[in-house]
Formats: sequence, structure tokens, C-alpha cells
Amino acid sequence: MSTTWREWLISETPASRAQAAWGRRYRLWCDFRANRLAMAGLIVAVAMVSVSLLAPVLAGFDPGAQNLTLRLARPSAAHWFGTDELGRDLFARVLFGGRVTLGMVVAVVVMVAPLGLLVGCIAGYMGGIVDRLLMRVTDVFLAFPRLILALAFVAAIKPGITSAIFAIVLTAWPPYARLARAETMSIRNADFIAAVRLTGASGPRIVLRHIIPLCLGSLVVRVTLDMSSIILTAAALGFLGMGAQPPSPEWGAMIATARRFILEQWWVPTIPGVAIFVASLAFNLLGDGLRDVLDPKQR
Amino acid sequence: MATSRLKALAATTASVPITLFGLVLVTFLIGRVMPIDPVLAIVGDRAPADVVAAARLELGLDRPLYVQFWIYLTKLAVGDLGRSVMTSHTVGEDIRRFFPATMELATVAIFLAAGIGIPLGVLAAVKQGTRIDHTIRVVCLAGHSLPIFVLSLLSLLVFYATLGWAPGPGRQNLMFDDMVPVVTNFLTVDALLAGEWEVFRDAVAHLLQPAGVLAYFAMAFIARMTRAFMLDALAGEYVITARAKGLSPMRVIWRHAFGNISVRLVTIIALTYAGLLEGAVVTETVFSWPGLGQYLTISLLNADMNAVLGATLVVGVTYLGFNLLADVLYRLLDPRVS
Repeated sequence: MSTTWREWLISETPASRAQAAWGRRYRLWCDFRANRLAMAGLIVAVAMVSVSLLAPVLAGFDPGAQNLTLRLARPSAAHWFGTDELGRDLFARVLFGGRVTLGMVVAVVVMVAPLGLLVGCIAGYMGGIVDRLLMRVTDVFLAFPRLILALAFVAAIKPGITSAIFAIVLTAWPPYARLARAETMSIRNADFIAAVRLTGASGPRIVLRHIIPLCLGSLVVRVTLDMSSIILTAAALGFLGMGAQPPSPEWGAMIATARRFILEQWWVPTIPGVAIFVASLAFNLLGDGLRDVLDPKQR
Repeated sequence: MATSRLKALAATTASVPITLFGLVLVTFLIGRVMPIDPVLAIVGDRAPADVVAAARLELGLDRPLYVQFWIYLTKLAVGDLGRSVMTSHTVGEDIRRFFPATMELATVAIFLAAGIGIPLGVLAAVKQGTRIDHTIRVVCLAGHSLPIFVLSLLSLLVFYATLGWAPGPGRQNLMFDDMVPVVTNFLTVDALLAGEWEVFRDAVAHLLQPAGVLAYFAMAFIARMTRAFMLDALAGEYVITARAKGLSPMRVIWRHAFGNISVRLVTIIALTYAGLLEGAVVTETVFSWPGLGQYLTISLLNADMNAVLGATLVVGVTYLGFNLLADVLYRLLDPRVS
């Protein structure tokens, strides 16, 4: 059966649009699969997401349950990663911390990608004064280092996960807008857009149905590569006391409370650090691989 | 040709004041959305009602927002960023005191980063696809994926606590505190000016660890970009010609290929230098480095909004300045840009 599927997918003469589309996806997947590092990234990323989702089943301990008789224990059979300064199981906390971090990443991406895409496509399609205005706004937000603008913004509202998410969104959308604008400008004058316009399609319809779908490829690459920097920014905000607040098992916040043990019980702050590193490395590898496949000209 | 380049340059420069204005507006607005009452932050929550009212009048908080913004702008024009509640100095004084420490850190870091990153990037490009290339790629990817505060903590654990190679956190040994007169606020420079070799050695020793951590992140980016540019250049026809003429490989690589990418590298380095300001915030907190980053984080935790916004604005302006510098250098030095 699998060989016939494969033949159907790689057919030189697809019978339907669906077959052609799936065939193209299959070929991209074959290219992607050949990149070992990217595959490793994909596997680790998928594993992390599933482990985070299954955290209540896998953890074995309540991430908030304290056991003061067992403070700062070394890793052992009962506590795989040891315990922290309140005797909480580190393995459970790292798993649940994955939920916090990945949840923040998803929340940021869900807001930032459509926002950037819309601003960029409108600027690119309309051109003229609208374009100039929107790009000036983009420039202003690009003129701050991300972490510093996010810090100031969170400090002004109230430290916490929700404000951290909004702060990251506020600092993360400009590159998406830039990218979408550049793509739109190159598509705008294509013949097929002129043809659609001649059939009487409205501006919003052209942008939504014909331009945005073509920008999605580079957007996916950008999002994947950006995930690692979202993870790092979220962790840095947590570390500086401006993101998730203790006792939330957010990785950055965990390191911040445990950093005074670095010299004696070094594994307590190091383990969440490794978790951040692995998560962000996985998305970096995945993003690199996707870029090579989907967007060869950006290499 | 020359005029069109000058025109493009003028257009770039002309957009700077607008961006700058936006920068000020954003910091102003951030300061006004905060739920903490700035008046109470200054006079305390037990102050009598008339004191609170007087302070509110003095700060102009009873006026409409655009008037407040105008007041903010006029004060800014003479360098008045308000007073820090925490240090009770003006924010301007504080920044003048703390910013040089950050620049000192970032400057040493960028030299280390460029010094290591560029040769690594060239090497990776020349040995493309080999084990050396893959190793360099992994080292760089790790730099993009490691949280800087984790690396800082681990570096303290290894080089300070375990090996004892590096002095601990801080900018200098307490013994040397206030030994050299403050001239530039760059401790290394001040120590040299005063001719105090002990202080200079101590300052350099303290500088190397945080600068090294920062440099790793900058190095990862510089090496990656160098590799990409070099691959591009090495595929050029002029390189093939140079090889065909029988020039030595070193000469082809460094004189012909590298010579062509050096301008683009200069702009990359300028951009990275600006990016170091961000990394410095976190590094300084871990290493207790008395720079702008630490000032910013301490002010954040104390809800000292004048200080936070002042520091944010200064960082934003510096960042903008470096970006402009990169852009101008690129346009001026690279004849291929029209």
C-alpha cells in the first residue's frame, strides 16, 4: 500500500489539485527528512510538546507539593532531578514548566503572526502614505532591543504571565510585518493579481485570498525560528522577576529563585536551564531545516 | 551615481528624527499606562491630601495627555529625565555614572566576538560540509539557544568557584574602591590614566568573565553571518579567476573573497554591538556589574518608573544610533549599493 501511496504522491501527472498539492508537500518532506539535524529538532520539539501535555500523568509528583524534610536533594530514583529549596520535585516542576513556556509561545505566536501579516500585507498592497506610516511605526518598535522594551512594558502594567505575553507580542511583530510587506510588494504586480483585479475582486479579497496565502511559507519559517527567541525572552523575563511569578514552575523563574544555590547544589538552577536550552535548540534546528526546504533563497 | 547614493543616505538620515520621536512617544505612553500612581510613588502613601495634590500639580498630571507629553519633551530637550526615587539622584546623573560600565563591557565583548567569530566563520565556509564546519555550526547554534543568564551562572560556577581562575562578581576588588579618580567612568581607562597598574589588572580580570559570556553570543551571530557571506563570495567568478591564475589559497581567501565581504561584516558588527546592550541587562544582574542593565533591573523591581523609562530611552537611542551607523557605513563603503 505504501508504495502505491508514494507513486500517487510523486506522480508527474497529477489528476487533481489535491494530488498536486500533496505531492508537493511530500517532496518537501523528503527534502526535510534528509536533514538529520532538522529531524532531530523536530523529534525533540514533538517530544517536548507531548511530554508537557502529558505532564500530570508523567510527573508522579505535584509540582507545588513541598516536602521540607527533603530539601535540595540530589537526583535519585525517587526524585529523578532531585528537589528544590522547598523539597518540591524538580522533574515534576520541569515538566509543568514546559506547559507554561510552550503555552506562552503558542499565545504569542497566535497573536503576533496574524498581526504582523496583516500590517505587512496592508502596507505592501496599499503602498503610498499608508505604507510609509505603518513602516515608520514598525521602525519605532524595531528601534528598541526586544527584551528592554518588554521589560519596560511589563513594569508599567504588572509583572506576570499575561503582561509578559503581551509585552513579547508588542516587541515581536515588526519583523513579521517587514517580511510580509516585502513578500506582498513582490507579488502585488504579478499578472495573476492583475487578472483577479480585472474580474472585479475587492482589495480586501485580493489581500486575504490571494496574497496572504503566498506569504505563509516564509511566515512559517520565521515563526519557527522565532520560537526559540520567544522562549529565551520569556525565560529572561521570568528570571528578572517580570514574567511568570513564583511559585509558578516557569523555567526562568525557577532559575531566579534557585540561583543562590549555584555553588553548592548546582543542579537545582542548572536543570531548568538545560530545559530552556534544549527547547530553544530544538526549535532553532527545526527552523533552520524548514528554511532550507521552504525558503531556499534566504539561506 | 554619487548623487543618488547621497540622496539615499539623506533619506535614511531623515527618517531618524521621526523614529526618535516615536521612541520618545512610546516611552512616554508606557510611563502613563502604569497603574501605580506616580505621585504616591514619590510622596509615599501616607502623605496628607494637600501634599499629594501639590505634587500632582507640580508634575502636571492634572493636565491633558498632550500637554503632559509637551512638558515631557521640553524637559527632555534639556536632558531632564526626572529624578530617580531609588537613588534620589537625577536619572541623567545616574545614567552618566552607570552607562560607561556597560559600554566598557560591550566594547571588550565585541572585540573578543569579532576576533574569534570572523576567523571561525571564514574557516567554516572554506571547509564547508566537513566535520569542522558542522562543529562550528553546532557551537554557534548553541550560542543562539542558550539563555545568557544560565551561561553566566555556569561560568561563575566553573571559572570562579571551581577553578578559581576568575575573580568573583562585581567590577573591582573592594580593596581598590575609589582608588583612582573618576575621569571617563571606564574603570580600565581611569586606572591607566592614574597610572595604577594594580587597579588596572584587577579591573581587566573582573571584566573578562562577563565580557567573555557576552562575547559568546555575539560571536555565534558574527561567525554565522561571516560563513554565509564567505560562501557567497567564494562562489564568485572573480574567486575562480584568482584561483585559475594560481594565487595561493590564503591570498584568494583573505585578499579576494574576504576583502569583498569586509564592508558587510562591519555593518554586522555594528548591529551586534547594539544587540549586546540587551544581553548586558541580564549578564550584569548575574555578575553584579554596576552598569545600565543592573540599574534598569533594580529600578524595575522598585517600580522606579523615571529611572526605567530614562534607561529604556537611552538604550533605544543608542541602539538607533548603531543601526544608523551600520546603515551609513554600508552605503558609504560598499560601491555596489546604489
